[in-house]
Amino acid sequence: MDMLVGQLLTGLSTGSILLLAALGLSLTYGQMGVINMAHGEFIMAGCYTAYVTQQVIGDAGVSLLIALPIGFLVGGLMGFILEALLIRRLYHRPLDTLLVTFGVGLILQQVARDSFGAQAVNVSVPEFLRGGVDILGTTLPKTRLFIMALAIVAVTAVTLVLRFTPAGRRIRAVVGNRDLAETAGISTRKVDAATFFIGSGLAGIAGVALTLIGSTSPTTGQSYLVDAFLVVVAGGMGRIKGAVIAAVALGTLQAVFETNSTASLAKVGVFIVIVVFLQLRPQGLFTLRTRSLA
Amino acid sequence: MLELRDLSCGYGRSAVVQGIDLEVGTDEVVSIMGHNGAGKTTLLRAVVGLIPAMGGTVALDGADVTAKPTNKRVKDGMAYVPQGQQCFAHLSTLENLRLVADGRGRGKALIAEQLDMFPALKGLLGRQAGLLSGGQRQQLAIARALITEPRLLILDEPTEGIQPNVVAEIEATVVDLAARGGLSVLLVEQHLGFALQAASRYYVLRGGRIASHGETGSGAETDVREAMAI
Repeated sequence: MDMLVGQLLTGLSTGSILLLAALGLSLTYGQMGVINMAHGEFIMAGCYTAYVTQQVIGDAGVSLLIALPIGFLVGGLMGFILEALLIRRLYHRPLDTLLVTFGVGLILQQVARDSFGAQAVNVSVPEFLRGGVDILGTTLPKTRLFIMALAIVAVTAVTLVLRFTPAGRRIRAVVGNRDLAETAGISTRKVDAATFFIGSGLAGIAGVALTLIGSTSPTTGQSYLVDAFLVVVAGGMGRIKGAVIAAVALGTLQAVFETNSTASLAKVGVFIVIVVFLQLRPQGLFTLRTRSLA
Repeated sequence: MLELRDLSCGYGRSAVVQGIDLEVGTDEVVSIMGHNGAGKTTLLRAVVGLIPAMGGTVALDGADVTAKPTNKRVKDGMAYVPQGQQCFAHLSTLENLRLVADGRGRGKALIAEQLDMFPALKGLLGRQAGLLSGGQRQQLAIARALITEPRLLILDEPTEGIQPNVVAEIEATVVDLAARGGLSVLLVEQHLGFALQAASRYYVLRGGRIASHGETGSGAETDVREAMAI
């Protein structure tokens, strides 16, 4: 029983990390259909934002809280510029988008290498996040609990914005039918830019949070990119609740497989499960119910 | 109100519609008729800016809007109800209406006015629009267009694929809207009876060009049938 609870908690913890990394992608890829291979570098930019903020401010606790909104702005601005300069010209050309954003990702990695060096850097964990908390016989580090809480806040905020604000309605409308959105008086260009800003900003926040559980290097983002795409695809394109369930399920699977094997083998196991799942249900966990998808 | 001069448009490099000269006057209802593939929908899509004009001009109230994006033309007073009862399928009925009302000072009043015009929608406000029937979706599409407070309403086959009792309601609504004044209507319609009853003038498209045009009234149906080679 204790082992089961432990695995579930570890799964939730890993799942919340995956979810934070994937949430922005569920907007830019899931909602807009843009395969942005530079998403990982936006996460990396968030990591370095946390590092720089701590270098400037010093106090680990204060700098973490300040770095979160700055990370959002840094990631968001990078996404905004990428969309305006390149992606806008490549809508409906997914392979070109993939190649271009992959190239942008490599450039951003090199910029990070030139700016901060090839060696990994570390961000100090604030005093209030050191140690662990005992939950049902399993000790979870406070940093992981913080990331879980942040993932919940981020998912709730995105859901509320999409569901209840005029901006959210416009995003959902443009995703549903671009031409019809234009005829409703909505500037799809502005909505694309805003969606990309928010999605990339969420990657920045994820990056700041991930410095609490690992070191930061120019290739940090790459290690989260594939997992983030898996979460969005398995959850169902554009479905936030699908992303949440997929992230927790993948995190738990990873934890269960790791109990009896290595992390690498566990990853292989997760991939096999996803391949089988997508063979049976290619549309992912959730899809839209409609009479007509006009 | 609307003036098309030598308008050509199409997809890729092939022009589907060529050399169109067409006018819709203030408070006037004008019908466009033609067989499937005559270029009616393509022409309307160019008028609202969803596809670019290959040549010629589109003017609204004397101002050239040929280069303007669709959303700006909507702000200028043009509203478009596309073919196929299109709605934002994954948004609720109310969200479909609020989407257009957002940012308008009279937003709530505009929604209320449309719900009075289409009372069938009142009980469906929380339902996902993609789950509405074809007739309900068409009413929603017209309501959404009217919330933009247009001066020119462009309707693409509003009665196509809809059950007969709802067709009569939609036809009555279009006639009623035109009679109120303050709104010009450009109507693409396959049902000759409705198209000729609602409009004061008509155009017939054949092979992407205007085959005939004139005023509705006695003899108009014969002329339309000849132009369409029925």
